[in-house]
This record gives sequence, structure tokens and C-alpha cells, in this order.
Amino acid sequence: MTGLASPTLRKAAPAAGSTPGVPQGPPRPRRTALLPTAALVLGALYCLLPVAWVVVAATKADDELFSTFTFLPGSGFADNLGDLTAYRDGIYWKWMGNSVLYAGLGALLSTAVSAFAGYGLAVYRFRGRELFFNVMLTGVLMPPVILAIPQYLLMAEADLTDSHVSVLLPLILSPYGVYLGRIYAEAAIPMELVEAGRVDGAGEWRIFSRIAVPLLAPGLVTIFLFQFVAIWNNFLLPFIMLGDDEKFPMTVGLFTLLKQGASQPALYTLVITGALLAVVPLIALFLVIQRFWSLDLLSGAVKS
Amino acid sequence: MTQPPKGARRAYGARTAPYAHPSPTTALERARSAPYFFLLPAAVLFLLFFALPIGYAVWLSFHKVEIKGLGLGKGAKSEVWAGLENYASALTDSEFLASSLRVLGYGAIVVPVMLGLALLFALLLDSQRVRGRSFARLAIFLPYAVPGVIAAVLWGFLYLPDVSPFHHLLEKAGLPQPDLMDGGPLYLAMSNIAVWGGTGFNMIVIYTALRALPAEVYEAAKLDGCSELQIALRIKIPMVVPSLVLTFFFSIIATLQVFNEPMTLKPLTNGIPSTWSPLMKVYNDAFTGGNIHAASATAVVLALATFALSFALLRISNRRTTQGASR
Repeated sequence: MTGLASPTLRKAAPAAGSTPGVPQGPPRPRRTALLPTAALVLGALYCLLPVAWVVVAATKADDELFSTFTFLPGSGFADNLGDLTAYRDGIYWKWMGNSVLYAGLGALLSTAVSAFAGYGLAVYRFRGRELFFNVMLTGVLMPPVILAIPQYLLMAEADLTDSHVSVLLPLILSPYGVYLGRIYAEAAIPMELVEAGRVDGAGEWRIFSRIAVPLLAPGLVTIFLFQFVAIWNNFLLPFIMLGDDEKFPMTVGLFTLLKQGASQPALYTLVITGALLAVVPLIALFLVIQRFWSLDLLSGAVKS
Repeated sequence: MTQPPKGARRAYGARTAPYAHPSPTTALERARSAPYFFLLPAAVLFLLFFALPIGYAVWLSFHKVEIKGLGLGKGAKSEVWAGLENYASALTDSEFLASSLRVLGYGAIVVPVMLGLALLFALLLDSQRVRGRSFARLAIFLPYAVPGVIAAVLWGFLYLPDVSPFHHLLEKAGLPQPDLMDGGPLYLAMSNIAVWGGTGFNMIVIYTALRALPAEVYEAAKLDGCSELQIALRIKIPMVVPSLVLTFFFSIIATLQVFNEPMTLKPLTNGIPSTWSPLMKVYNDAFTGGNIHAASATAVVLALATFALSFALLRISNRRTTQGASR
């Protein structure tokens, strides 16, 4: 797998040694290109702007939010945090816990299902393989709402609406996860190794768990992260399925809080502080994980 | 697991060498049923949470509720065949048409701007002479980790006149301050959220494709005296067309399905009707209006439109790539 090396490594190689045997032109110094650098930095600042704002705004007290300049820090962060925690007996932290539960458990199960299916599709030849894969891929095209309404009605038939399960189950199968699983498995698992395992008398399950899973590890981390973000960010399904706000994930909880803020503006500071706290874990996760994992894997990059 | 499914016999082994194992039959038997075992969880979940709901939605879209007498008591309401009635009313519904037009306008801004920026940033990340690349890569990707609802909350506040730095600056300059969440500016405000949230992911997809290109390709061009800009325009962009098609594809699908952002901005303004996007219209019909049959028909129309668009795009891109190959 590529990507684990830093992006400069690959390009540095041909650039560093000035091609031997070729007549040297005038030495070209690697000057910084000012305009392109400025464009890139501007793009980065644009992307950081709302995040920087929410960090500042979370420090503002109620009256400061609408009166002081946007990026002037306020004096109320501790109060805001206290208010948020106190709000309806700490329901905010319950939403956070629910989000962690839905996204964590959901992504774990989703990764397992994607790994099974991806491995099955990559390693075996059987009738219906391409059909299965193509049918699965059309799932990517499905607008979530065409699924969500009947899913809700069917869950209601099974008496499962307004439960944790109703949000967890429909999100386990991810067509994109299966697609990634197949691509990674095709690239990372040499057929000779599978054959060698069979010759040594290992069962198919043993070959999968002992040989394939370790080889697939970077890909599985990617699928896990992808699904974690997808479920963490999901709004429509829990919004439709759940009525009891004790079971809400973060997104639906903050949405209802914002909606009430229209009549009680004092809630706005809670929404802002809540938004900051909801953004921090995922950003931290990405900052930590990018040291040993590459973003490139997310788009299915496997070739070196 | 005990009986190998029919049809597995011929297909298995197409790719693998014959066995050197002392008892090949049992291993073969196991290997034949193994793929179905690995695919079982995905298949079951697909049937339960994709196929069944879709089938049910289609069924609902062809039915309606008929009320007998006064509609009181059990059995007074029954679901009867409606034929294409729901579809006819969905396609002529003025709210649905208005929401579709809004989303087309919104998409006409979001898709080109987002992909243009994604391509630009990817090319800049791929250039040796640009500084601060690893910082920028992370910063631009960051919004991917921010849920759409929260992105809309953040930008929504930044659009409020009392909070916004833009209004602050306009006020200082003595310029008129537009209402960003109504009328024409609303499209820009809404598009901005999508562009902010989506550029990073698309940038990574394109950048990954750029990095997969062999470096020798540029070396020759550099020796011939091509500038970085020429290399980008003449070599890099044509070579990443497949990933541009892919990002285009996903962006269009995501645009048609926009829901979270307008839904979240709605409480902050009077400028967003509850049927702003087609998905909001479907949601509104199903859960506020209580007409699941009409909502299902609209949802099916949306799904069909998505499929039609996807296949058209795939055909165009396939034709282009095959043409390119034959040249």
C-alpha cells in the first residue's frame, strides 16, 4: 500500500539527484512560488474560518454573542460549558454518548461486513459475483430518503422505531465500504498466499482471519473511519426514526436545540458550545490518526 | 454450509492452480461454499435494509388510502390500487417542481465551484514549489470531519447580521448589508456550505490520482522546458479525467439529495420554505402531511432521476475514454 510514506518521499527521489548523464542546464533553484502558495493558504484559511469562529464564539456569554465583534473572545466559556452540562440534566453528554455508540459500534460492524464481502468478492470466483457487486453498488445511488421512509414504516411494523437498534441496523451495510473492501483485498492479498494456506491444510476461515485480515489492516482502518464519519454525520435516519430525545445522536440533538433557540435565543450559546465540542473529537481523531494512516486510502488508492 | 450451492462448481477455480492437496475434494467443497458464507451478512443486510424498503416504497407509490363512509371505525380505511395517480400528481406538484428548480440552480453553483477548487488545490499540493502543503492538505480536508448539520450551524451564525464578520465589515465601509438567508443570496449562502464541506474530500480523490502518475512523465516535459503551469494543464489534468468524472458523479448525487443543511438553516430565517429541496418536500409530505403514498411516489421519481443522470454520465465518460484510447 502506498500512502503510508509522506507525499514528498516519492517526488523527492527523481528531483534530488539531478539526472546523471544528462547535460546540466543552468541550475534551477527551487524557489517558493508565491502566488500558488498564497492561493493554497487562502483555501486553508477559508476552511478553518468557521472552526476558528466556533472556538471564539464558544467563549462568549449570551449578551456578548450578538454585540461584540465576531472574532473577539468573550469571557464565558466556563459558564457556557457549565450551562450546557446542566441543561436538562446533562442531556448533551447523553447525545455525545449516543453518537459514539452509533458511530463506533456501527462502524465496527460495518467494517466486518465490508471485509467479509470484499474478501469474498476478491478471492473467489463464483456465479453471480459480478451481479452481486453491481447490485450492491447501485445502493450508493439510492437517495437516503427513498430508503428512510419505508425503513421507518417497516421498523414500525416490527415495533422497533424509537430504539437504538433502528438507527444502528440500517447503517451497517455500506455499499461504498464493500467496494473499498473488494479493492483493498484484490490489491493486498496475493492468491499464492491463499493457495499456500490451503495446501498447508488451513480452512477458508482460518486463511481469512490469519492471513487476510493482517494484510487488510490499513484498508480496514480506512473503512472504519469512513463509516465512523458517515454515521457520526448522519442526520436523516435518526431524525426520522427517533422521537425520544434521550436516544438522539449529537446531530439531531443540536438541531432540536437550534430550533428551540428561535424562540429562546439564550439557547444559542449552548448550541455553539455544543457544536464546538461535537467537532473536536473527530478533528482530534484525524490529527492523531494521520500520522500512521493516509487520507489517500479513502479514495481507494492502492497502487504504488 | 453443508451443501454447496448450485452453479458454484464451474466458476470456482478459474483463477487458481489445481490442488496439490492430498484430499482435494473436501477442501474444494469447503472452498465452493466459502464465498457464499463471506457474502451472507452483506446479502442479508442488503435484502432487509435496501431491497425490502425499496420494494415497499414502490408498492406504496402505486397505492392510496380509500375511506369508506365517514372513515370511522376499523376497516373504514383501506389501501387500494392507485395506478399512476400518485406519479401524475407528484410530477405536476408545483412545490416539487419549484424545489427541483431550486436544487438545479444550487447544483449549478456548487458542482463547478467545488470541483474547480478541488482540482486547483490538488494541483497546488502536487507542486514542489508550493509551501505549507501538509498544513493546507489537512486544513482543507478538515470540514469533511464536520457533520453537515454542524457546518450549517456554524455558517448559519456567520450569516446572521448581528454575528457575521461580513456584515461588520460592510457596515464599517458604509455599504448596504444583504440578507444572506433569503432570495438570491440564499443560493450563494447554501452553496458556500456545500463547497466548504465537500472540497476537501474531492481534493483528496484528485490528489491521489495525481500522485499515482509516474514521475517520469513530467521529467521529459521539464527537460523540454515546460513550465509547471503547462505541465499541469497539458499533462496532469488530462491524466486525472477519470477521477474528475468520479467526483463529478458523486457531487451531482449529493447535490440532488441535499437535506441536512437547508433543514438546519431553516430555524434561523424565514427565507427557507419547508419544501426547499426535493428531499425536504418528500419528508414534509410523509411526516408532516402524513401522505406516505404521495411521498413514496416523489421519492421514486427522485431515485429514477438519479439513476438516469448517473447512467447518462457513465455512458458519456465511457465514450470519451474509449475515444481517447483509440486515438
